[in-house]
Amino acid sequence: MTTPTPASPANKLGFTKQDYVGSKSTLCAGCGHDAITAQIINAAFESNIEGYRVAKFSGIGCSSKTPAYFINQGWGFNSVHGRMPSMATGASLANRQLINIGVSGDGDSMSIGTGQFVHAVRRNVAMIYIIEDNGVYGLTKGQFSATADKGSSLKSGAVNELPPIDPCTLAIELGCGFVARCFSGNPKQLGAILKAAFAYQGTVVLDIISPCVTFNNHDASTRSYKHVKDHDFPLHDLGFIQYSEVEDVDIAAGETELVTFPDGSKVAIKAIHEDYDPKDRFGAMKAIHESMEKGEFLTGLLYINPTQPPLPDLLNLVDEPLASLDETLLKPSPAVLDDIMKALM
Amino acid sequence: MTASPAAPSPTQGAKTRINDFSIQVATVNGSGSQTANTVLLRAIFQMGVFVSGKNLFPSNIAGLPTWFTIRASAKGYVARKASNEMLILMNPETAKDDIAKADVGALVIYDEPLQLDKLRSDLSCIPVPFQKLVTASCPEPKLHKLVKNMIYVGVASRVLGVDMAEVKKAIAKQLKGKDKAIELNQNAAMAGYDWAMENLPDQDQVRVVRDNKTQGLIIVDGNEACALGALFAGCTVVGWYPITPASTLVETFIEYAQEYRIDPKTGKSTVAIVQMEDELASAGVVLAAGWAGARSMTSTSGPGVSLMSEFIGLGYYVEAPGVFYNVARTGPSTGLPTRTQQSDIELCAKCSHGDTQHINLYPGNMEECFQFSYDAFDLAERFQTPIFVVTDLDLGMQNWSSKPFDYPTKPYDRGKVLNQQQLAEAQDWGRYKDVDGDGIPYRSLPGTPGGKGAYFTRGSGHNAYAQYSEKPEDYLAVVDRLKRKYETAKTYVPKPLFRNLGSDKGLLAFGSSNPAAIEAQDILAEAGLKTDYLRLRALPFTAEVDAFVQEKQVVYLVEQNRDGQMANLFRETYPEFATKFKSVLHYDGHAIDAKCIVDQITAFEQK
Ligand SMILES: Cc1ncc(C[n+]2csc(CCOP(=O)(O)OP(=O)(O)O)c2C)c(N)n1
Ligand code: SF4
Ligand SMILES: [Mg+2]
Repeated sequence: MTTPTPASPANKLGFTKQDYVGSKSTLCAGCGHDAITAQIINAAFESNIEGYRVAKFSGIGCSSKTPAYFINQGWGFNSVHGRMPSMATGASLANRQLINIGVSGDGDSMSIGTGQFVHAVRRNVAMIYIIEDNGVYGLTKGQFSATADKGSSLKSGAVNELPPIDPCTLAIELGCGFVARCFSGNPKQLGAILKAAFAYQGTVVLDIISPCVTFNNHDASTRSYKHVKDHDFPLHDLGFIQYSEVEDVDIAAGETELVTFPDGSKVAIKAIHEDYDPKDRFGAMKAIHESMEKGEFLTGLLYINPTQPPLPDLLNLVDEPLASLDETLLKPSPAVLDDIMKALM
Repeated sequence: MTASPAAPSPTQGAKTRINDFSIQVATVNGSGSQTANTVLLRAIFQMGVFVSGKNLFPSNIAGLPTWFTIRASAKGYVARKASNEMLILMNPETAKDDIAKADVGALVIYDEPLQLDKLRSDLSCIPVPFQKLVTASCPEPKLHKLVKNMIYVGVASRVLGVDMAEVKKAIAKQLKGKDKAIELNQNAAMAGYDWAMENLPDQDQVRVVRDNKTQGLIIVDGNEACALGALFAGCTVVGWYPITPASTLVETFIEYAQEYRIDPKTGKSTVAIVQMEDELASAGVVLAAGWAGARSMTSTSGPGVSLMSEFIGLGYYVEAPGVFYNVARTGPSTGLPTRTQQSDIELCAKCSHGDTQHINLYPGNMEECFQFSYDAFDLAERFQTPIFVVTDLDLGMQNWSSKPFDYPTKPYDRGKVLNQQQLAEAQDWGRYKDVDGDGIPYRSLPGTPGGKGAYFTRGSGHNAYAQYSEKPEDYLAVVDRLKRKYETAKTYVPKPLFRNLGSDKGLLAFGSSNPAAIEAQDILAEAGLKTDYLRLRALPFTAEVDAFVQEKQVVYLVEQNRDGQMANLFRETYPEFATKFKSVLHYDGHAIDAKCIVDQITAFEQK
């Protein structure tokens, strides 16, 4: 922990925002991924996250480099391309008290890593799964990824003829209980969703549209800052109230809907556009598909079901981390070996 | 054959093979023959006779031919034997072929309508009216197929002189808890026995005579022995994907874990076992769990290791522990996935891209499957690296007699892990600093409170403080230290075992080749060719291996693959002695036998 300067306010744990930063980013200036990093730092600070409990996982890509740029007090693992979800799965089982943040790219998760994405979601691994979605492979210099929109073109002029894979509808289909789409250029919405994500117990899938200024920000791109800004349809104003604050916050009745998490935290949802109910799975699928047909990005909390048991509960694991269980608990007695040997005689 | 009214008295002639023979049973996969064969094997075992069983089965659930061989050996030889003294031919599809290959003089039990006696006159044929016996002994037609096999157990028991009380006991053990099935099968075996008593004379070619060689021994397969080793080693996270012949390792582990890994206070589980979507994901789970401080493992076979290899290379460079079982089989995809080989030796020694060298353990019997599994978790944490335990289908899925396993009293070695207080006290800690000069750095575990010890894990591009670096000197420091670490491992891995007859000719084998190598060594010695035998048990090669290679004029290196993969590792490690290594190979998918070793070494010697 660095010494707080008088000017920087501390959170409930006594940490300043500076305590949640990481090393300096080496991404291109203006890259959407950096804006997401800034919001993760902010949300972790405001959510009073204990840095030492944070485990950060990523695959390979510009996006996957970013875990080095936030929460230095946590442990990080930059793994191999497309395989971040299995890493988060293993570590989250070894120590169920970790707060797991996985950062991936659209190539990392929707091309090479689709299988691991699908199965981690299906298992409800306790993690915030962030896809920093720019429609291209940034790190390998701008090839199309599987989220590139049909008809969108590369700087070179090459046109994508294939339909995109949408991480959000895919996640809802797989039973994910917390699915949101955000835009790196809308920090307020992203911040609220990240804070809610920290309070959630299972897999959170966040598809964050994050323009690549170097390879996919030209006029013919559907992931440029300008295009996304023009086609961003925020569904609602979101507020997040941590469990420890629930008592103190006065929530206006009527237009605001509250979703309560098992720990008592609440998400306050105030619809902007239409009567969107994020608890309605089929309604969510329909609305997303309709907006995609129109070439719009529906952003906000797309689907929420706060009560799904995460993987350690499904496996009926002991409460303490498996990693710290003692030999006396783990090693069966000589009498047990004796019984087993007798049964084999 | 004429009827023999007398009770079976062990008739023995001068040439009678007492407790020294092989039986081959040919059946159809999925017909329940596995139970019958295990019962016969167990009954002989309970007679105090040393036995081993080998199931040669197809990659198929039901309908294809399968063979099971049971070898009894008074001398304790347990390798597959090239010749069989008794055949039990239950599969009409293969019967003609089987009988054509039969060794002269063999006893052949078969289904009467097959009329195999017409095909050869140099065998002792025993036609059995199975259909008649089945109908008489079992009222339910739908069970006929299953009990038919138990009838040959009864017939064979009478022919060999196996006590029916032992057969009944073996059936009860095999079908434990299923009372109706026990009764049905015991009746069927008895029907076969009674028929044989009435209709067959005593024979004196092969006999089972009560002995005391198996007193206190167990029968177990290597996958179960490994599973038990992992259980006692305190494995807490398993990520796996089914593949023959590795699946039963985890499946057996699951059974034991359900009984012995429940926290008595809460009723909750102390191990997480997840069947992953593939082997890539299994490897990710294992390494991340190891990184986070759990004792983790997976069990797979060659194709799975190929898929895991990117992760295993990462594990080597980031220095994350994990135990990887490779229960090897014959080659890729379809083909011979249910046959045995030692053909992933080089794959596991160097698995992955970039410069990689892995610690490999080669258990050679059931006790070692258990003990090396226990040790593998210590080694993984001590050396912070993926450890391979390399067995194969022969060790993993066949029945072996073994001494009961000794309780592993050695406390777990959790390696160089700094806790909160040690991190607070540490001066200038760096995740990859070689403080002790043994190449092994100190690590911290995610979730350690106190604000110290957090680090960022990434592939090869890091310095001693786990910071990103592309500097040549930093990279060299990483790879050269990893090599030092591998050197250190030489004093930790199991040393080789010797069986020396006093010779400057070396015999070297490992893993499942061990029983055949021992037997071959004896046969060769009887024929006047003495050898000193070294059984290799691990990579890296230890000082004892260095000395052996230096001393011997020639080293006959036995292994079950085409390319002499272990010999390649030896030639690479000892280039100055490269010409000493003569490969003795067996790679047709069947388990190795002593004869093929004897023949090849004899041929080398005659050159
Ligand atoms: C096995 C493997 N194949 C290919 C690569 C090369 N590679 C590195 S990053 C990348 C694409 C990353 O795209 P994305 O996940 O969208 O991340 P971005 O850079 O766009 O943030 C590829 C193909 C690799 N590192 N590993
Ligand atoms: S190439 Fe694109 S994705 Fe990568 S850092 Fe630059 S702007 Fe970001
Ligand atoms: Mg991308």
